[in-house]
Formats: sequence, C-alpha cells, structure tokens
Amino acid sequence: MVGQNQRKTFLKAMLYMLPALVIIALFVVWPMFHTLRMSFYEDFNIFNKTGEGFGLSSYIWVLQDPTFHKALLNTFIYAIVTVPVSIMIALAIAILLNSGIRGSKFFQTAYFLPYVTNAIAIGLAFRFIFHSEFGVFNKFLAIFGIDAINWLTDPDWAMPTLCIFGVWSALAFKIVIFLAGLQGIDPQLYQAARIDEAGKWKMFTSITLPQLGPIMAYQFVIATINAFKAYNEVVGLFGDDGPLHSAITMVYYMYDKFYNANKYTIAAASGVIMFLIIMVFTFIQLGMSNRKADQ
Amino acid sequence: MNDSMKIENRWARAFVILLLTLGAIAMLFPFFWMISGSFKTIREITSPDIIWWPEEMQWDNYTTVLTMKTNPFGIYFKNSIIVAVANTVFTLLTTILGAFAFSRLEFKGRDKLFSILLATMMVPSQMYIVTNFITITRMNLYDSLWAQILPYTASVFYIYLLRQFFNQIPDQIYLAAKVDGCSDWKYLWKMMVPNAKSSLVTIGLFNFIASWNAYLWPLMVTGRIEKRVLSIGLKYFASDSGTDYHLMMAGATIVVLPLIVIYLVFQKYIIQGIARGGLKG
Repeated sequence: MVGQNQRKTFLKAMLYMLPALVIIALFVVWPMFHTLRMSFYEDFNIFNKTGEGFGLSSYIWVLQDPTFHKALLNTFIYAIVTVPVSIMIALAIAILLNSGIRGSKFFQTAYFLPYVTNAIAIGLAFRFIFHSEFGVFNKFLAIFGIDAINWLTDPDWAMPTLCIFGVWSALAFKIVIFLAGLQGIDPQLYQAARIDEAGKWKMFTSITLPQLGPIMAYQFVIATINAFKAYNEVVGLFGDDGPLHSAITMVYYMYDKFYNANKYTIAAASGVIMFLIIMVFTFIQLGMSNRKADQ
Repeated sequence: MNDSMKIENRWARAFVILLLTLGAIAMLFPFFWMISGSFKTIREITSPDIIWWPEEMQWDNYTTVLTMKTNPFGIYFKNSIIVAVANTVFTLLTTILGAFAFSRLEFKGRDKLFSILLATMMVPSQMYIVTNFITITRMNLYDSLWAQILPYTASVFYIYLLRQFFNQIPDQIYLAAKVDGCSDWKYLWKMMVPNAKSSLVTIGLFNFIASWNAYLWPLMVTGRIEKRVLSIGLKYFASDSGTDYHLMMAGATIVVLPLIVIYLVFQKYIIQGIARGGLKG
C-alpha cells in the first residue's frame, strides 16, 4: 500500500517536472557531456556532424595557437582590470547613495539603468562616442588640448577602450548588490562606534568593510566569472574582435573557431579549457574568502 | 535608509551630491547621446562641433530603419517580441511546475536530483552552444524562431528561486487543503501561484530582458532576414552601413527604449530581484 502510494507520488512528480527536465536534459546536460566528448575527437565530419577517435590533438592545437594565447591574455587583462575597478567604484557610489542625501531615489534610478540595457545596442552608442573623428569623447578631450585618440582603430588602444566599456556596463549590478548589503548592516554597530567617537574612515574600515565581507567575496566571484565570459561587450564595441584581433576574448575565440572556421572540435576543446579556468578561479576565490572568514 | 551612515555637514552633503551628479551623468550620457544622435541628420552627426540636440528632430531616421530592405527593423522587432514572449511564457510554465514538484511533492531521490540540477549551473552556458547548434540542426529547426525559443524554455536557476519562495508557504495550509479534498493541481494554481505573484513577475521580467538581449545564440541559428531578432539586426546594420551613425543610433534606440520603459515601470521588481537572488548571467 505504502509502496504503491510512493510510486504514485513519484509518477506525479515526474509529470510535473517533465517539461523542465526534458529541456534541461536536452539543452544543458547532454551538451555538457557531448561537448566534452567532442573535444577529444581525432576526426570530425562537419557534414553529418559525427566524430571518431579519442585523443588530445584538439587541446594541443588550441594550446599552441598564438590567437588562443592572445585571447587568453586579453581575457585575463579584462578580468584583472575591470573586476577590481568596477567593484571599487560601485562600492564608493553605493556608500554615497546610502548617505541619506536628498534625491537618492532619482540617483538610484540613474545608476541602475545600465543593468537592463542591450550590450550590442549600447556598444554601438559607445562606438559613436569613441569615434576617432566625430566622437564626442575626443572632442571633449580636445578642450583640454589632448590630441585625438584612435580608441577603436588603434590595436594598442582596443583593450583600454574595452575595459572602460566593461567597467561602465558592470557597475549597475554591483551597486544594487552593495546598496542592499549596506542597508542590511545593523545600525547599532555605527551607534556604538559613534559613542567611541570613531571617525568616518575608522567606521568604514572597522565596520562597513568587514560587514560587507561575504558580499564582497560574492561580487568578486560573480564579476570574475562574467569577465571570463566577455563577448557581447567586444562585439558591441568593435563589431568584431577589434583591429588586428587586438580585443579577442576566449568566448570570441570559441565562437570564431566554431562558426567561422567550422572547427567544431577545436571550439569544444577551447570551451572545456575556459570552463576549467573559470572553475579553478572560482574555487581559489571561494577558498580565500572562506579562510578570511575563519580567521 | 541606514540612519547612522548619514552625513550631517552641509558642505559634505553638497560635495556628495556633486559627486553623485557627475557619476549619474557618466551613466546616463551614453543613453542621451544615442537618442540625440538618432534624431540628427548625417551632417549633424559627423560635424566637428559638439551638437547636443539636433536643430530639427529627424523622425524619418526611424521610418528608414524600420522599413530598410536589407535590414528591416520592423520585422526584427516583431520577431524579438514573439521570441521573448514565447520564451517567457514557456519558462514560467516549466518553472512553476518544476518548482512545485521540488518543493511540495515528496518523492524518492528528490534532493539528490535537485543538487544535480544545481551543479549544472556551474558550467558556463557558452560551452553548450556547439552541441546545441548540432541538436537544433538535427531537429530541422535551423533558421527558425523556434530555434531561438526552445533551448531557453526551462531554467534551473529560476526553478531554484521559485522553489525557495514556495518553501516559505507553510506546510499546514497544504495539508489542510488536502484534507478538504483539494487536488495538487488545483492547490498549485489557486493557492501557490497567486501567492508567488511578485516572484513570478520578477522571473518573467528577467527572462524577458535576457531573451531580448540574447545575441550569440540567435546569431548562430539564424540566416535569413525574416528570422532575425533585433540584436542580430544591429550587428548586420553596423557592418553594412559604416558611417550612417544617425541610423545606427535610431536602431540602437529601438532596441533599448522598450528596456528603459520596462525598467522604469517595474524598477521595484527588478532591483529586488537582483538584490535577493543575485540574478545575472
């Protein structure tokens, strides 16, 4: 009797879960294994899309490809620059927004807006702003006597321009999270500090920062993962991977190998490498923040 | 508002407002410049001077962009709406059903299955596209709207979020309803779904926005003009018409404006959604 009931609930639960499970199995779980398998094929027929053999040749190819080195380097630069910079700016803005000034509702609306925007569309707007001839940014710099910079067409400037755009796009999300974190700090902590006549800076370093610890760790992990997956920002800003591929990222590399060069196994191998890098970084960062929390 | 963080000094306050204003300008300027550019003539847009606002607003830029033969944004707009709405409706359905099973129905292996699902969230979705492209071609869906809808009609993350909310509804209400002879199906739609309205609105909004902004996947699975969505249109537009920045800005505005409207109307839900679930990616 009990067994029959259990089977009945199980069947019912299966029916409820079926739509979600079918889609997730087909488009999430299966691709995980299949992409992994593809990355080890020695031979791949792109017409009937089947492969044969088992070996490391795709990985060796990717790891020896200078374009992949470039993509890897750029992705690291992008992460190392945009993650800390955007976190620091976002924290500063969140603290100002939380300081009880008038009009803070309006400011919040303004600062959160970029969160919902389309990276391709706003990338086009930045392309227009950064245009070397009639872009408003160069015109603005000209007021201070600074010569026009080829933000988008000079290979040496491509990464700095991408990083500026990357920081701008990443701010909104982080400000929201920090603001929520700041508002969650117990006001009594500050009152106690005030009785001790602690200065603003002292309060910041001894109350605000430690209280924001877990949120800070969360922001670093999420921001790093997102930075490693940068793609839309690149295409939005340059239309491709920048002058002389100077702004190519890992995802762009994978997409390019797959879609433009039809090298499916190479794309799969680079995807797996990307996944491994993201995993390693996530664990290092989580490990570091856990150790800090233990102290 | 956290009282104890207040700044009392009047000059300090003025300085904070100044800083925030400068920052807000930096955040909003790209939007302003895009909209202002979308109304300019080609001469105004390539002018060496800074022209803040066009002398006469060129609404024609929009009609041109919407009806261009090589890149008709009117068709793209319709496709984007269809894909985003269909995506959202299906996702909400699979999410509601899935979250209910994982939160209310007690079956063997439930928690194990759920942790396996959660583990899949660690894999970056960019890794799937190679295989999903093959799957979609095998299903004969290449170059269709379905190709853009189907793979995103279920999400582990949204099931996780809604399950959390469902779990907060006390068990007693469920058991009482069962005693009264209320079926699970009826209980879900009459009791749980209306209660979870604000969570569902948030999930729906995030899904709609994500679908509207999707780029890489739609680019891969579409070829013909008739099946393109707006993001893809912008890409082709930008490579077709090198310096027609006034038209490019009109196209970009068409893509961004619905998002701004959604944001202004549903700001509360969106901010709560980010703050609570850390929704991103």
